[in-house]
Amino acid sequence: MTTAPFHPAVEEIWSWLSDVPDPEIPVISLVDLGIIRDVSWQDGTLVVKVTPTYSGCPATSVINFEIERALRDHGIADLRLERQLSPAWTTDWISAEGRAKLTDYGIAPPVAGSSCGGGVLSNPVVGCPRCGSSNTEMVSRFGSTPCKAGYRCRDCLEPFDYFKCI
Amino acid sequence: MSDLPLFDLCLRMGDTCLVLAQRTSEWIGHAPVLEEDIGLANIALDLVGQTQLWLGLAAEVEGKGRSADELAYRRDQGAYRNLLIAERPNGDFGHTLMRQYLFDAWHYPMLQGLTASSDSRVAEIAEKALKEVSYHIARSADLVISLGDGTPESHARMQAALNDLWPYTGEMLIVDEVDAALCEAGLAPDLEPVSAAWHAHVEATLTQATLAKPASGYMHKGGKRGLHSEHLGYILAEMQFLQRAYPTATW
Repeated sequence: MTTAPFHPAVEEIWSWLSDVPDPEIPVISLVDLGIIRDVSWQDGTLVVKVTPTYSGCPATSVINFEIERALRDHGIADLRLERQLSPAWTTDWISAEGRAKLTDYGIAPPVAGSSCGGGVLSNPVVGCPRCGSSNTEMVSRFGSTPCKAGYRCRDCLEPFDYFKCI
Repeated sequence: MSDLPLFDLCLRMGDTCLVLAQRTSEWIGHAPVLEEDIGLANIALDLVGQTQLWLGLAAEVEGKGRSADELAYRRDQGAYRNLLIAERPNGDFGHTLMRQYLFDAWHYPMLQGLTASSDSRVAEIAEKALKEVSYHIARSADLVISLGDGTPESHARMQAALNDLWPYTGEMLIVDEVDAALCEAGLAPDLEPVSAAWHAHVEATLTQATLAKPASGYMHKGGKRGLHSEHLGYILAEMQFLQRAYPTATW
């Protein structure tokens, strides 16, 4: 007995992927993070293009594993993940919903529009995710994961992570 | 020089990132403050990630079925093409930072040039790496300035580090036959504007750091051709131990 190939619409696949959490910051999904660049059917194979956040991010292999597992759980048999390097991932691709979830989680989201285009860094005003004050200071350009920097609020005195712009 | 200049380019970029990452990661758990420990670990991690991209492309263009891991773990020092500055011992924290800064000030304009490579795979890696390196150079320049223009003790240590490392800076900027072939083919930038950008950045930073630029003199070369200092053998002996002792190990 043969069954018809199961080829759900890409819109449905996007909605499944929007339920896959980032392994390091599980409050946001891989779609919120903006790292899934394309989903398409090619000759009966589902091709998902994924771009890395940082080239050495240890979560990359876990992310690929989670994508594959989610899609197989939904019944996709033929699938291929491809790495897409260019255009390089920018924090400007994090969705508005993703930014709001980061703030609720205690991580200051990247300040929109301050990504380091051409490698030029800006020093944006970062709001404290706890008390909302903009009276904050950078403690270190490098934080607990490659994508974060260490900050401190001068008003509520709490340290916090800032999702830095690239 | 191999008959594949692109292979040489990928090894020079990848091996330099890998050896510097290995050196930098020797600090993990030993840095003077927690934030710097994390900063050093993050920079080493970025460089390992960039190594994977460069050596992955090296393996692809070589076309002999070797993987990035095999290039990293199964080559002896004579086959490594890293810049000599990457294998210099760490010294004190200031010495490590000065090495990082002198390298970053080259890495950044080099990657900018590589984003215009005639090979789109090279340009894509450079575009990705440039974003990470913009944070590296911002941090290393800030710290060189803070420590150079700091206490008499930190100033003296930074000046000593600069004097010690200076003879290893020329290799980044001096064109050899591979560099010339790469530039001719449009694969890599002309090193002259890279050198000008390096000098301008270094001079501005050293002035702010109140450090004296050493007189130009003899420059060590050879890393780009596989002629290394004794240090690289020790680095590889540690880094490659597992894959050499258990060649079929997988995980």
